[in-house]
Amino acid sequence: MKRRLTPEHRTTIIYGILCIVLIIVMLQLWLLMATMNAYLGGDESVIWPAALASLVCFTLNAGLLWYVYRMDRR
Amino acid sequence: MIRQEREHFTVPPDGGRPEDQPMWRQDFPIDWPQDNYVSRRDFTKFMVLTSLAFTFGQFWILGRNFLRKQRGEPPIQPVASVDQVPIGGSLSFVYPEAHDTCVLVRTGPETFVAYNQKCTHLACAVIPQFDQGRLYCPCHVGSFDLETGSPTAGPPRRPLPKINLEVRGGIVYATGAEVKTV
Repeated sequence: MKRRLTPEHRTTIIYGILCIVLIIVMLQLWLLMATMNAYLGGDESVIWPAALASLVCFTLNAGLLWYVYRMDRR
Repeated sequence: MIRQEREHFTVPPDGGRPEDQPMWRQDFPIDWPQDNYVSRRDFTKFMVLTSLAFTFGQFWILGRNFLRKQRGEPPIQPVASVDQVPIGGSLSFVYPEAHDTCVLVRTGPETFVAYNQKCTHLACAVIPQFDQGRLYCPCHVGSFDLETGSPTAGPPRRPLPKINLEVRGGIVYATGAEVKTV
């Protein structure tokens, strides 16, 4: 049997999710700056891997947001 | 009778009883735990949207890189005659596209150097200073070595893209632009 989440539980969970999302977004910002610098300097080798890494980061974030929506529906 | 859990009641910020609260708070009760939750949840949504924007940015760079590769090799283009530029003198020209302003500097009787004129920091136009052996950016006091285009002072970290030159029959030709500088 699934336990119903209390507002306190949900607030704790949202704090945890927010921390993870913030770390991932900062990582994406750094990745974008580094890729832009490499692109302007003519280095093409990092562009594809950086785009894929950023896509993975976004997928993780979207997954966490989906979990928040699912938690709200309970 | 439905038993309500403690968390489901509106909790005043001081944790006191609702009837002990000031009148204005009784008129406009705010459920602080719920308010905290909703504001954090909305901020999380905004951050995920920011994450999407960064991902779009990465794919935009990918698209720009694809278009850059499609352009292929730049054409060979006459820039100036040798007599047109005195030793230590410079000349502006556009190469390979109309918006790519470059600067040609004569460093000796038979030697020329040319670079894209956009500073690699924030794209201000660099000014050749032959007597000091540098290309100077007045916007943020950056400078580049005249012989190599490498940054020597100020905020720029990447060298200026070099324009390949050839002198044939008294004419200076631009034969290509260096894309990779890092």
